[in-house]
Amino acid sequence: MNTKKWEFTPLQIAAHLGSLIPAILIGWDISTGNFGIDPIRDFTFRTGKAALVLLLLSLACTPLNTLFKFKQVLKLRRPFGLYSFFYASVHFAIFIGLDYAFKWNLIQDALLEKRYALVGLATGLILLALTITSTIGWQRRLKKNWKKLHKLTYVAGLLAVVHYIWLVKQGVLDPWYFAAILLVLFILRLPTIKKALSSLRKRNLQRASH
Amino acid sequence: MIKIKSSEITSKAEYLSRRDFLKTAGIVTAGAALLAACGTDEVPAAPPTQSLPTDQKTAPLSEELTPEDSVLNYNNYYEFTTDKERVAGLAKDFKSSPWTVEVSGLVNNPKTYGIEDFLGSFTIEERIYRMRCVEAWSMVIPWNGFTLASLLNEVEPTSDAKFVRFETLADPDQMPGLVNKLYPWPYQEGLRLDEAMNDLTILSTGLYGETLANQNGAPIRLVVPWKYGFKSIKSIIKIELTAEQPSNFWQDIAPNEYGFYANVNPAVDHPRWSQATERRIGELKRRETLYLNGYADEVAHLYEGLDPNKLY
Ligand code: HEM
Repeated sequence: MNTKKWEFTPLQIAAHLGSLIPAILIGWDISTGNFGIDPIRDFTFRTGKAALVLLLLSLACTPLNTLFKFKQVLKLRRPFGLYSFFYASVHFAIFIGLDYAFKWNLIQDALLEKRYALVGLATGLILLALTITSTIGWQRRLKKNWKKLHKLTYVAGLLAVVHYIWLVKQGVLDPWYFAAILLVLFILRLPTIKKALSSLRKRNLQRASH
Repeated sequence: MIKIKSSEITSKAEYLSRRDFLKTAGIVTAGAALLAACGTDEVPAAPPTQSLPTDQKTAPLSEELTPEDSVLNYNNYYEFTTDKERVAGLAKDFKSSPWTVEVSGLVNNPKTYGIEDFLGSFTIEERIYRMRCVEAWSMVIPWNGFTLASLLNEVEPTSDAKFVRFETLADPDQMPGLVNKLYPWPYQEGLRLDEAMNDLTILSTGLYGETLANQNGAPIRLVVPWKYGFKSIKSIIKIELTAEQPSNFWQDIAPNEYGFYANVNPAVDHPRWSQATERRIGELKRRETLYLNGYADEVAHLYEGLDPNKLY
């Protein structure tokens, strides 16, 4: 393990830089005054998309390791999850502060009475709980329960996709692509699939060494 | 900046009675928009044939026009793509000429019009209207067009005609969005005949004084300003007078979410999102959505006796 340590860093650096790209692009557009036609919607979409993509990336790490025995990616689960929370927070802040300008009566109507928004809120709250408990300290404190708690990442992924499906008009396919990816990631985690995959890999390895 | 005055029509236009139609009184032609592209003159609004009540509820508005660039590059036109900002590019090579519109069904004089026929025989006016999308954004657009009533008067609906059905071109060679088979192409829309005859209802052939761009529904589209934008069907090839209420695209897709009337109403939310407010393109602050998109004085009488909560 130790000898490989130098390899982790470039991957991690790439993950951090990649995760920051949406923020950098948004920052760039703001600083150059490139606001597009409907900037609030645009920034809402971009932050929401970034949060969703990073959440799915975080969920993709374990299956990637199962498939390719690519242990390094396991280290990326946490940063991807934290960046997802970061974008979700900005997304939420835009909704409350810019779009609805803190008008609570309107927010009540638009957020607390609409299912797509409630589901988004639930996703955000899960991400908040996962972010708070993402430290080594909380890992130690929660012991076995930590793993259980962090299985909620799946629930968050599911709810985020549902949020997306519920906010588009029927027949808009984009959220369904994310749903398909999520489904594949789920399937790759099923114990039977996992077992089949690892025995397949072992056989391939044996064949290769012969 | 150009200000809009709201129209001051007292439209008591009788169902089907042609002669009684009032000419637009105060739909103000603002700015010096030239209609050269349409090859027509701008005809000054005729004086109202009826004196206007003094207690007009529609106070003069001071709403700015949405920049032309936004009107041209933010379009819902699913025949091309569901991505609003990509429609303009994909519609670039759309062939909107030659073009014919078949007007048929329950009419005494069915006729197929070429676009030139429209421009030649009907008065092209400028109408500055709010456009409120069902997705809760809005624009203010200076349309050029003529009243649907003037066309209907020419083809003479029979006494059995109660509705008007409109159909959009569906040409898979030109419209890449048609590959999405989840949608019931061709796009169709409908109006009650009295809604169609209302003076606010126009067929538009241009905006900002220029020939309608492909992405905005060239060469001819409907504009019904008190209804959600999806009623204002684009690139029309067929207008049909019917006895039965026609179906419409979005109602076919999700009858629980979209109805036939689609009247703008802040009190009736879309089942999944709020309609109380809207984001005006070009402005940061949300606006309160107005009942019938601010045209209640002109069209509320069409719905007397009907429950406005059911007219979504
Ligand atoms: C915290 C509460 C949340 C609220 C109030 C909220 C609200 C919204 C709103 C208003 C939109 C735009 C809808 C439209 O204009 O059509 C949106 C889009 C979106 N949101 Fe959220 N959201 C929340 C949380 C989340 C979270 C946690 C995620 C992902 C992890 C997420 C992912 C998305 C995505 C992917 C989109 C669509 C982006 C696109 O169409 O390109 N949202 N959300």
